Amino acid sequence: MQDFGEAFGLAFRLVLSADPDLLEIVLLSLRVSLSAVAVACLLGLPLGAAVAIGRFPGRTGVVVLLNALMGLPPVVVGLMIYLLLSNAGPMGWLGLLYTPTAMIIAQSVLITPIVAALSREVVEQLHSEYAEHFRSLSLSRRQAVAALLWDARYSLLTVGLAGFGRAVAEVGAVIIVGGNIDHLTRVMTTAIALETSRGDLGLALALGIILLAIALSVNAAVMMLRVTASRYAYA
Amino acid sequence: MPEAALRTVVPVPRRELHVGDPVAEARGLTYSAGGKRLVDGVDLRLPADSITVVMGPNGAGKSLLLRLLHGLIPPTAGYVFCRGQPLSPELRKQQAMVFQRPVLLRRSVAANVRFVLRVRGDSSRERIEAILNEVGLLPYAHQPARLLSGGEQQRLALARALALSPSIMFMDEPTASLDPASTAAIETIVRRAYAGGTKIVYVTHDLGQARRLADDVVFLNRGRLLEHTPAGSFFEDPVSREARDYLAGRLILS
Repeated sequence: MQDFGEAFGLAFRLVLSADPDLLEIVLLSLRVSLSAVAVACLLGLPLGAAVAIGRFPGRTGVVVLLNALMGLPPVVVGLMIYLLLSNAGPMGWLGLLYTPTAMIIAQSVLITPIVAALSREVVEQLHSEYAEHFRSLSLSRRQAVAALLWDARYSLLTVGLAGFGRAVAEVGAVIIVGGNIDHLTRVMTTAIALETSRGDLGLALALGIILLAIALSVNAAVMMLRVTASRYAYA
Repeated sequence: MPEAALRTVVPVPRRELHVGDPVAEARGLTYSAGGKRLVDGVDLRLPADSITVVMGPNGAGKSLLLRLLHGLIPPTAGYVFCRGQPLSPELRKQQAMVFQRPVLLRRSVAANVRFVLRVRGDSSRERIEAILNEVGLLPYAHQPARLLSGGEQQRLALARALALSPSIMFMDEPTASLDPASTAAIETIVRRAYAGGTKIVYVTHDLGQARRLADDVVFLNRGRLLEHTPAGSFFEDPVSREARDYLAGRLILS
């Protein structure tokens, strides 16, 4: 068994030498997961906010469903998207299976409920504070949603971050719809899975360390932004 | 004395102000929650050209009455009218409300004013600056609103309400947690708004403040309207025992 020291050494060498293969994998990972976060935010934030301020029959059911969908198993999502995009599937004609786009779709499906459910909570809390003022102004629902999303933006960054963390770390969905094809759909998690099964634990561990470092630095950046924002009482 | 006599209901003394053309009106206004009538059949006509102060002990229903008149909550029974018309979203746009605890957006001072102006249309920089200048907050325009002192926050809330150029402004104990200087600043702005043609409906527990501001007084107890009378006669000669007890600082036990 190769030890951790060796793996760290390899990780640093790979990073410092800007190994093109490694860079490709890392960049594809970021591209896929950040795109998925963008899609999830575009859909999930307004959805979460609308549920947060809406009063409609079945609202509790929607909230329960959103919360439950947060725990969607990636492999199940992968399988569903696979069935949709496979040649025999209803969207097979798009020819998206085993492309980064398919991976983005799968991860979007996986994290949109996370973004929606968490933003519902954040927005609902802020709305309880603003509700009387908004009602006094006779704001339309759209105006209220826009204002709430804007004022909760720093808290919502954390929501986006939770989505990103889930997306960048999952392997089940992307391996099914992406296929882990070298130079095409190989991302960090699928590469780690492959290298581990091939017995190249050093490379797998090195990739793992880079994955952790990315997660850590993204978290740190968002936290710093939030701390600065709360210093100005904006968060 | 037989027990039955003690229980005899004494008719509540009631005095009502004659108001020709009310700017806001309540008819049989009732709000119940948890099986209790928190506002109980209030009939009230508020004159357009006065500062009306609403008084009454804790739990009398003052804040609820304000919220009902402003249309923030729907009544259980009864009606609210504004300028002779049933209160509608359009008519509500002529109204503004200032709360006991200012609800400020997590934005800068200027952005808080800009937000309400945008909702209504004109959000030019000049207009924002003029409004902030009016309440002495122009130097703080770019500071985070929530880092202002309590008095400044309430002045901002007031500025924001006035930015709507309301014909009626409801104020729910806006100075309850402010020091005397901040309270005086708020009162000055309120008087100026009134002089500019805004009807003021002001809830307060502060007798001194009520005497300083009120043209007419609405006195509530346990959700019921006991008096609506010119301020002078309310303070000199309250009709109801509850109002007398309240003014004397006695606990109303009835």
